[in-house]
This record gives sequence, C-alpha cells and structure tokens, in this order.
Amino acid sequence: MCRRSIGCAHCSYTSSLGYSCPGVAPGDTARPKVPARMQTMLKQRTGLRAGQASRRVMKVRAVAAPVKTAATAAAKTPLVTPEAAKDLYYDMVLGREFEEMCAQMYYRGKMFGFVHLYSGQEAVSSGVIRLLRPDDHVVSTYRDHVHALSKGVPAREVMAELFGKKTGCCRGQGGSMHMFSAKHNVLGGYAFIGEGIPVGLGAAFQSKYRRDVLGDEKADSVTCSFFGDGTCNVGQFYESLNMAALYKLPHIFVVENNLWAIGMSHLRATSRTSGDNDPHIYKKGPAFGMPGVLVDGMDVLKVRQVAQEAIERARRGEGPTLIEAETYRFRGHSLADPDELRSKEEKARYQARDPIPQLKSYMLEHGLATEADIKELEAKVMEVVEDSVKFAEESPKPERGQLLENVFADPRGFGIAENGLYRYQQPGFSSGTAIVS
Amino acid sequence: MLASRNVRAAAGARVAAAPGQRAILAARPGRRTLIAAKAQKKEIMMWEALREAIDEEMERDPTVCVMGEDVGHYGGSYKCTLGLYKKYGDMRVLDTPICENGFMGMGVGAAMTGLRPIVEGMNMGFLLLAFNQISNNCGMLHYTSGGQFKTPLVVRGPGGVGRQLGAEHSQRLESYFQSIPGVQLVACSTVRNSKALLKAAIRSDNPIIFFEHVLLYNVKGEAGGADEVACLERAEVVREGTDVSIFTYSRMRYVVMQAVNDLVKKGYNPEVIDLISLKPFDMETISNSIKKTRKAIIVEECMKTGGIGASLSAVINESLFYELDHEVIRLSSQDVPTAYAYELEAATIVQSSQVVEAVERVVGGRVAAHA
Repeated sequence: MCRRSIGCAHCSYTSSLGYSCPGVAPGDTARPKVPARMQTMLKQRTGLRAGQASRRVMKVRAVAAPVKTAATAAAKTPLVTPEAAKDLYYDMVLGREFEEMCAQMYYRGKMFGFVHLYSGQEAVSSGVIRLLRPDDHVVSTYRDHVHALSKGVPAREVMAELFGKKTGCCRGQGGSMHMFSAKHNVLGGYAFIGEGIPVGLGAAFQSKYRRDVLGDEKADSVTCSFFGDGTCNVGQFYESLNMAALYKLPHIFVVENNLWAIGMSHLRATSRTSGDNDPHIYKKGPAFGMPGVLVDGMDVLKVRQVAQEAIERARRGEGPTLIEAETYRFRGHSLADPDELRSKEEKARYQARDPIPQLKSYMLEHGLATEADIKELEAKVMEVVEDSVKFAEESPKPERGQLLENVFADPRGFGIAENGLYRYQQPGFSSGTAIVS
Repeated sequence: MLASRNVRAAAGARVAAAPGQRAILAARPGRRTLIAAKAQKKEIMMWEALREAIDEEMERDPTVCVMGEDVGHYGGSYKCTLGLYKKYGDMRVLDTPICENGFMGMGVGAAMTGLRPIVEGMNMGFLLLAFNQISNNCGMLHYTSGGQFKTPLVVRGPGGVGRQLGAEHSQRLESYFQSIPGVQLVACSTVRNSKALLKAAIRSDNPIIFFEHVLLYNVKGEAGGADEVACLERAEVVREGTDVSIFTYSRMRYVVMQAVNDLVKKGYNPEVIDLISLKPFDMETISNSIKKTRKAIIVEECMKTGGIGASLSAVINESLFYELDHEVIRLSSQDVPTAYAYELEAATIVQSSQVVEAVERVVGGRVAAHA
C-alpha cells in the first residue's frame, strides 16, 4: 500500500487485482485521480464511497488466501469478547506506559546504553502475542521490552533488567536488547537484527520434531518472530523464509514495518516489488511458498484477526505465514536518536491512528467496556509500572560472583588448572575473582 | 611383562618406561601385540568411528539430531553420516539448503528448546558464514540470558590443509573461534579419540566446536565401545619423554611423530602432548610436562598470527616462565593464503624436518641414548 497520500482510494485495492498506483511522486500529497472503471470496482468490492478513508476499511491485503473482506467490513457484532478486548487494552496501555517510564528513567540516569522504545507499535505486540499459549515461543530484536511484557514476563523483571539489577529476568546480564525468559518462552532479544529469526525457526523445528520424531501428538506449539523493515534486507531473513516454507515449520514472521531503520527510510533501502510503487515486504512470502499478508498494524483487532488465522494455520501443520504490519514508532529509533529525518506531517498522521484510543472508542461503541472499566485498567497499569520501578530501584546490583557463573552451562568448560582441579573448583570462582584462562 | 605394558600403552594408558626399556611409544606397540590386537578388534577408519559415535548417541538419546548440507541422502561429504537417514529419518538427519548462518541459528534455537543438534559444516571454512550465530548465539547466549537457556550444540566438520584444495578450502578456523567466550574447542586426531571425544561433545551441555581434519578421515585404528567417552578438557600424552615437550594437535600430531622417529634414532627423547582441548588448555598436563623437560615447542597448522600456539605460548610464558630454559618455539603455518601448487602448499605448513631441526636447536647437541 502506498503511504504517501492519506485516504487515497487506490489503497483500498487488493493487489491480486494486479492494479498498481498510477505513480504518486514522493512528497506529493494530492489525491491522485481514480480512473472511472476502478471507481466502480471499488464500490462493488468494498461497498464504500470511493476515496473515503475509514477505519472500518479492511486494510488487509492477502496475496494468497485472501481474508474475507466483506464479512468483517460489514460486521455489526464486535470482533472480540469483552474479556479479550480488556486484555488487549490493558496490554497495550502497559506497553505504552512502561516504555514512557523507560524514557523517564533513562534521562534520569537509571538505565544506560542503547534503549529502543516500542511506543506506537503496541497493536502488533498485543494483537499477536495475546493469542499465543504459554508454550508458544516469541523471538524479537532489540525493540523487545513490550514483546516480553505481552508474553507475560512481569514488568518488575523487565525493569530490573533495564536497571542492571540481579533481579532482572537475565540477572542484569542481558540488558535492554536481550530480554529472555525460559518460563514465558521468550527466546530473546537480539542486538543484530536478523540473527533472532533462525533461532525462532529452531524453536519451530523443535515443535515439529516433537510431533513427528518423538511422537508427541499434542506438540503443536508455534513460534512468532518480530522484526522490522530494515531486517527484511538481511540475508538471514531470506534464508529463514526458505527453510520455514521448505520444512513447513510452525513459524510466523511478523514484520513491524515502521518505515524507518534508524535514519534509513524503507523506501530508500529496499527495492520495489515488480509493478509496485512501494517495496512490499509481504509479497516476498509467496516467492518462498507461504502466504503474505499486509495488515494495518495500528489497529489491534485487525492484527489479531490476521494473527489468529496464521497461528491456526501453523498449528494445523500447514506451515509458515509472513505478516507485514504497517505500524509506526512515535519516538526515535532509540533514546539516543535525535529523530530529525522524519517529517512532522508523517508523525502527526500516525499519531492520529494511535492504536490505544482506537481500541478505547471501539470498546465504548460496542459496549465491551465502560469508562469506569477503562479507568480501572489504566490505574492498574500505572500501579504495575510504578511498582516495577520501585522494585528495580530497591533491588541489589549483581555481585562480582556472577561474573563467571553463566558463561558455560557446564562449568568444566573453563578447563583444568595446573593443580589438576577444574577451574570452577578453584577458590575465587564463585566470587568471580578466579583466573580462568 | 613388556608385551602387556605395550598393549596398555597402545590402549592409551600412560605408562612410564620400565628400567632397561626404551621409552614406550603409545602409538607403536610391538609387532606380536599388534597382530594379536588386530585379531581381537577390527581397525576402522576415522570417518567410520565418527559415524559410529553419531549413530550410538542418536540411538541413546532421541533428541540428538544432525543438520547440515548433504548429511542425509548423500551421507555426508566425508561419509560421517553415511546411511543414517535411512535409520533415523529425514528430520533427524536433516539435509539443509546452503545457508550456513541460517541453519546454524536454527540449530541454536533447537538446542535452546530441548534438542541436541550436531551441525555439520561441510568444510569448517564455510562456517565463516555462520560466525554471527556461532559467536553471538552459540557462545554468548547462555550468559546473556542469565543462565536460562543452554545451547548444547556440536559444531563439527573437516578443516585444515588438504591436498591442493586452494586457499578457501584449507582454512584453520580454530584460531578465529578461540576468542569466542562460552565455546569449547576440541580437535580430534586418532580413530580412538575421535569417537570418544565426539560422544563426549554430543553429551556435553556446552557448545563444542569439534575440529576434524580433511586428511585424517581415512586413518585406520581401533575405536572404543559405546561406553568409551573421553574427557573434553584433557590433553593426551602421546609419548612420554624427558628432553623437550612438543605440543601439537590434529594432523600435526602425525608430522611430529614422524619427526620423533628420526629424533629417537639420533638419541633424543622428546615428550609429545596432543592438546585435544584447544580451548580451554589442559594446564595440568601442560605444566607437568614443562616442569619435567624445561623446553617447549608448539607445532600447529594454524597461522602464526593469533593462532592456538600464540595463545599457548603466552600462557606458558606467564605461568611457567621460571620452569623454562629456553624460549617457547612456535612452528606454525606461514601467514599466507594456502596456494594451490603442491610445493607452495608444502612450504606453507610445518614439515617434519622443521620439527627435527627445532628439537636439535632447543635441546642442543646429540644426547646419548637414554637408559
């Protein structure tokens, strides 16, 4: 979908029609003329007044196995239950407030290094991860705080990890970019984009192995890997698409396309798919033999619907799906990024599509929650976030003894010292002062 | 009595020379013993021994699996997984596409979630493409996750200089991988230790990078049984001696032993230690040897710059300085890409004549035959 104009009628087309935008030049915000023939097709297909942007337009473009547009677009009954809606709302608000608190804490000198905030993208994390089971796996990149929270890692553990305390989920050894949780099956947090995707594939391989080799009929856990538009030019992405489709692994590739990789615009970094004006990432799925779906990543209910289908597909053993979620980060790439290259207009446009107020009005409109319910959820989030900061502040720092402990799962890996004992048996090993090489 | 001591030495036990006896060469039992031993157990080639190790471990533990290029239907480019796919199926002996970084990462993810993959690099050199996954994820992930996830992988494959394979197929990656924290580096050299060490590596919870050598796959010898599992951190005393300690590993062990033949005839009595564990070093064996001989020579196939010998030399210098009568001699490959032409290739790597010359230089003039 072309992002350059607002509410352009062209963007309500499914790409399977073979229609391509008549060429809107960069910077051109005027609405291009819609050919008459196309106008009629538009009316027939979506039942909308051509040229009018509406949140209810089903902006899901499937390249293979199209989502049923008509049914959902005209749906009068809500797409989710009240419980699910409240869960989603709580999760998104938690993600938002947590990240905003991180910004505050960073500028107050409580956390250091590279911290990448997720503000604005909550619909993707909540929309996908809240559908997963505890035994499903999630893999992310450095923008991983909210993925960990959505998967169930307590806010306390994430904040303590960010503060570098020993009560952090990784004992303070991972930091912002390496959130891991064995209990909640969060396989990391990776600093090099792309390197987490094959790891996610490995978890999916394990799931299939359990079923096909170890004979566990109930083994149908899926893995979701989250990464951005920049990652889609890394070789490992393509290597993973190929292997996932080849081996029919229960793996879902979720591209959080926020248009920017630090200061590199997606449009400047990625070549356009043939016949298109934009580099469509979702179209790369069918090239490898899996469906590619484009979804409005600022609408949690749409993301959830697409994710539901992909997860069920994977559990049935039908293989992977590539989901491209159109989203945006309200803050810079990291807290160190001056964020000077993105235009105010672009930022304002996406702020207007903030997923949290969208869900809030949807819930109120459809009677899924009252104002009081919503206030209660928000208050609970603030409580949790403030508690996490208090916990992190009061937690002790890692001791020197942690230095050598987790380098090897089997500490014999440090070898045998001159006196014939293993190094881990020497005094000073558990206090982190031993010579180990 | 001598015959039985010879047999034990051949089996790898450390046996000191009896009074009035020449030093026992553990790799060279007496002729009668040899024939008798052959009659009892059969000799197999190293690739068969490695295959046995993989087969036995896969049978013992259903989470052990193999991934790599051509490991399945082709049987492995050096036959180390010959026929295993028929026994265990296509998923347990997985033929991967050519995407080293991708399938190495997939191996890491599988290991983190409960499987025990053996990832094969068709040639160790190809694993340069997997360096990202080996360094960041194999090596560091257990630490970065605060101990939550372990990566019990074995990364194995043939490396070293072959016969005119050209520069890119003749690489020694042990020197590149040695700084990665969190991995162990093991180099096998004989039929017996290759099987026992590979079994140990598969059972280990640590990520092990297991170096085989292209030219050793057809070496013949006896392999141990299903229960013989070596220690991954111990060096092997190949030959006990008193004049000088020669530290070596992989194919250079044979080059050294060839030199030792000549040296023994000239009256020298070198001690030969096969490092086995390239990282971490077995400092007990190494220091015991140096304290005895007071001279150290390192013979390796790595480049001189930043090689295993460079690390070992530094460690010996730091911790055993006062036990040395002579500076540590390093015989390493030249810092040049390995040429295709035979003569240039031979000039790149260490030859046995260089080892002889180094021992003569370090030990000094001819020494009378030892009692």
